[in-house]
Amino acid sequence: MNRFLLPLGAFLLLAVVLAIGIRHAPDKGVIASPLLGRPAPQFALPDLTQPARLVRSVDLKGHWYLFNVWGTWCGECRAEHETLLRVQRAGLVPLIGLDWKDDASEARAWLAQFGNPYQAVAVDASGRVAIDWGVYGAPETFLVDPRGIVVYKHVGALTDAVWSQEILPRVGAARPGKS
Amino acid sequence: MLPELGHFALILALLLAALQAFFAIAGAARGRDRWLTAVTTAVAGQAVMVATAMACLMASFVGNDFSVTYVAENSNSALPLFYRIAALWGAHEGSLLLWIFLLAVWTVAVAFGARRLPPRFSARVLGVLGLVSFGFLLFTLATSNPFLRLDPAAADGRDLNPILQDPGLAVHPPILYTGYVGFSVAFAFACAAMLEGRLDQSWARWTRPWTVIAWSFLTCGIALGSFWAYYELGWGGFWFWDPVENASFMPWLVGTALIHSLAVTDKRGLFKSWTLLLAILAFSLSLLGTFLVRSGVLVSVHSFAADPQRGIFILAFLIVIIGGALCLYAWRAPLLRSTAGFELGARESFLLFNNVLLVIAAGTVFAGTLAPLISDALKLGTLSVGPPYFNPTFLMSMLPLLALLSVGIHANWKRGRLKDKQRTLLYTLVAAAVLGCGLVFGVYRHGRLLTPVGATLGLWIILASAVDPIDRWRRGLSLSRAVLGMTVAHIGLAVAVIALTTVQSFTTERDVALAPGATVAAGGYEFRFAGVRPAEGPNYSAIAGTLFVTHHGAPVAVLQPQKRQYWIQRQVTSETAIKMYHGDNILLALGEDLGAGRWSVRIQIRPLVSLIWLAAFIMACGGVLAASDRRFRNVKVAAPATEAVATERSA
Repeated sequence: MNRFLLPLGAFLLLAVVLAIGIRHAPDKGVIASPLLGRPAPQFALPDLTQPARLVRSVDLKGHWYLFNVWGTWCGECRAEHETLLRVQRAGLVPLIGLDWKDDASEARAWLAQFGNPYQAVAVDASGRVAIDWGVYGAPETFLVDPRGIVVYKHVGALTDAVWSQEILPRVGAARPGKS
Repeated sequence: MLPELGHFALILALLLAALQAFFAIAGAARGRDRWLTAVTTAVAGQAVMVATAMACLMASFVGNDFSVTYVAENSNSALPLFYRIAALWGAHEGSLLLWIFLLAVWTVAVAFGARRLPPRFSARVLGVLGLVSFGFLLFTLATSNPFLRLDPAAADGRDLNPILQDPGLAVHPPILYTGYVGFSVAFAFACAAMLEGRLDQSWARWTRPWTVIAWSFLTCGIALGSFWAYYELGWGGFWFWDPVENASFMPWLVGTALIHSLAVTDKRGLFKSWTLLLAILAFSLSLLGTFLVRSGVLVSVHSFAADPQRGIFILAFLIVIIGGALCLYAWRAPLLRSTAGFELGARESFLLFNNVLLVIAAGTVFAGTLAPLISDALKLGTLSVGPPYFNPTFLMSMLPLLALLSVGIHANWKRGRLKDKQRTLLYTLVAAAVLGCGLVFGVYRHGRLLTPVGATLGLWIILASAVDPIDRWRRGLSLSRAVLGMTVAHIGLAVAVIALTTVQSFTTERDVALAPGATVAAGGYEFRFAGVRPAEGPNYSAIAGTLFVTHHGAPVAVLQPQKRQYWIQRQVTSETAIKMYHGDNILLALGEDLGAGRWSVRIQIRPLVSLIWLAAFIMACGGVLAASDRRFRNVKVAAPATEAVATERSA
């Protein structure tokens, strides 16, 4: 009799392991990104507003930043723009933009018309850096910690809810007392 | 309007699935035969509703209705019609709907085919299928509704993931899922037998064709996925031991064991509880595969839109279905004792080895797939398990399996006398060894230790399998489709073994930098690079390289590998160029622009690689052939003359 209970016991053990696995699973809405918990890919690209300058990932180490992939050709990016401006006004986490496969003059016109929420915008004309970041479709936003580790990824338009419920707690929890 | 209609149809299907499960299981338990008459009606109704939902979603894709979130996220007006249809299963919600649709199709087929079975038994089978369908419908409606509206509607869609825009991948999910879902039939048969508390040989005979058909589809599905990985991803491999690949391979291994164990139960009335366990296990692994892919528990190249909420739901569903079946098993299996015995060296003993080795193989794959998860859960750090683990462990159970196969098919049932077959086995083995070593050292002139071993084992299986059927055919004796199918499937396996051995031992792989006009030699071929030029498709632009391939100066092909850039998702994919030449598979992939007209090009020459996929197709054909045997179609239900009665209720 006993040996016929063995499969059930083994299965229940597995169920416990899987349940623990779910608790550790990445967050809701995340396209499982192999980048999470790993160093952000390096890049050095011309600045959109001052083409003579370079936006470099090494210069960003030491503080939190949001890496936002966008383009003027992307409709959803227009939808998240107001949220980005509010993020900028909050002044807690600087926004670094990646202008992806875009016309630079159109991108400058876009920022002049709708407001510029970015501390700096890197121009990725060839799309090579976006591939390194595993970008699937714009807009996508990555949260990078002071050590340069990607801690969170959001796919699709950034909303106030995502900002206040997903991004702020991560930044706040990591530096208590400096909300 | 159509999305709402589809949504409503799904809700009705959920209710009908609940009715189907309730009337069938409760009706059979309480002996209310009038309740049972409602079951087939519920099956038909559910199938119509699910088909309606499928049609509604498809209409939204075809008509570019970007007010539906799922359509807006996975399609685009520039997408060709064929891919707009295939985009339906391009992501999570639609794949689930496809799963449910295929389950409905299988259920209708079972309802149709089970008319000749005892009414209570067939009702229980349909009841269990209804329960499975109910779970999936609830899952879809609660967590993954494909009909949700997008307000405001998108002007255009985000497009189907370009990687999925390939004919091979468009048909891969339906075929793979047909196999996955098909194992639910064997599972339902097993549960029905346990609910009845009896299992006789005719039970195995009913279950066999369903299981073999599901297995054939799964075989084709896995092979298509592998073919796609080779051809479209351009990674230069056909199998990566990726969690998602493993998720489809584990049910295949256990399903293979199940087919063989069912044969023993059918012919000899043995292995009853073991067969039941395998039937539960095969379907459990199909469900587990879904869990692993959908829950985001494991990160894989295939995973998309992972969601722990969904993971929790699937886990609960797994616990109810598999836990329930295993409870039933713990309760009922002790009643199913077999009195018959067999000698060592009898066919039963070889099939037992087959089962043990296949389950060990599935177990090692399982352990390797879940090890990263367990190590992560126990906070032992991130662990990555790859080919260095999988290849040797898998080989360790496969080599004895292949060696025993040739002997096993010549063994008799019950009696262990192999003496009269010794001569056949020895002759075929010697012939295979001479031929295998001759080919390895004659054609390729070098090889690793395993190369002649693999070639010999493969050839031995072919010769040993073919001896008897050819002999019978020459003597004008009839051959049943079951035996013929088995022979074909075994030869398919042997072809796969030979192809894998050759590919593993003799692949040439080189990354070269080529300027226009430059020539490079690799693997006996010469490649002359003629530069690149722009090309354009319906929804992508591309750069195409041109290479002239020659073999000792004789022209072989002009190959044009492409680097494609899809407009909407802005994703770059590598479109490899492939040429078959005298059994060699030449693969070229365009790499990076190195400046000044120079490009990096990856050259691979894999001898016999396409035989791997052909072999899978041969195996599947063998399965279909065996399932069509007359013996399975006219199973007598109450035939006191058959041996079935002698062993039933033997406990």
